[in-house]
Amino acid sequence: MTIESIVAAARHSRDWEPLVNLVPYARFLGVRLDIRGDQFGACMPFDKKLIGNPALPALHGGAIGGFLESAGLFYLLWDMDSADLPKTINFTFEYLRSGRPVDTYAQVFMVKQGRRVAHLRVEAWQSSPDKPIAIGHGNFMLKPVDEPQTSKP
Amino acid sequence: MPDVENNQADKVRKWQQITVISPYSRELGLRLHEVEPDWCVIKVLPDERLVGNPASGVVHGGVITALLDSCYGLAIFVKLNNLRPMATLDLRIDYLKPATPGREILGGAVCYKLGHELAFVRGAAYHDSPDDPIATSSGIFMFTDGPVIPLEAALTMLEGFKP
Repeated sequence: MTIESIVAAARHSRDWEPLVNLVPYARFLGVRLDIRGDQFGACMPFDKKLIGNPALPALHGGAIGGFLESAGLFYLLWDMDSADLPKTINFTFEYLRSGRPVDTYAQVFMVKQGRRVAHLRVEAWQSSPDKPIAIGHGNFMLKPVDEPQTSKP
Repeated sequence: MPDVENNQADKVRKWQQITVISPYSRELGLRLHEVEPDWCVIKVLPDERLVGNPASGVVHGGVITALLDSCYGLAIFVKLNNLRPMATLDLRIDYLKPATPGREILGGAVCYKLGHELAFVRGAAYHDSPDDPIATSSGIFMFTDGPVIPLEAALTMLEGFKP
């Protein structure tokens, strides 16, 4: 199954789990997509393995970071017709609050959509969307469906 | 110089225990590779669970994020020679090329400015040399409230918490 066909099937069935299951690291983080109509949301349910500082305890910055980047990639697959997983060009994380040992949610904002590059802002929150625990922004290289594919694997 | 080698092995063994205090680092299988005052290296071994693109088998960017974040924390601790509570404030990663599937990835970092409240770090993820990076990165960490624990005391405390 290609990414394209899995995304098409998910749009039809409104079940996005197969898409998450396709990406081993997203499954490792336990990412779930919560898509209602034209609202995209993602969740990383709390798991003890996501702890970085066991004394506080607080989630690992790398786990929050991976979740933000994953949410951005899934948003792009959901939002546009892509022939393959977009490639992250760069990503910057601002950690604003300590990640508590509870479920973490993400909302994604398309800041700029170009033909080849999309710029996203992704916000992670726990208690309330207006109190983000971390904000990520980054550029993603897109692979539009209509562009001829190179022979790279 | 066997003594130097022994000291180095001892240093790696001690800091390895600090590296895996974090459950997430343990889960990713992070291992200390090298520890020098100005270059600390942690490695992540190939693992099917960490793949980002199933078609190519390339590791997920989030793994590089976690590797470098952990490495930064270590580089700051090593520079301080003690464990001081801190939090990541800012982390930037540029992805220069995909990691080669099936190869271990090294994350190297240096703390190039240690202030009273902030620590500035930079580093890279690579296979063979930081001059041929998979990703380059920089970050800022902020010290938080809490006790500063000397390395030896932290290791003694860990003895009591062995799972």
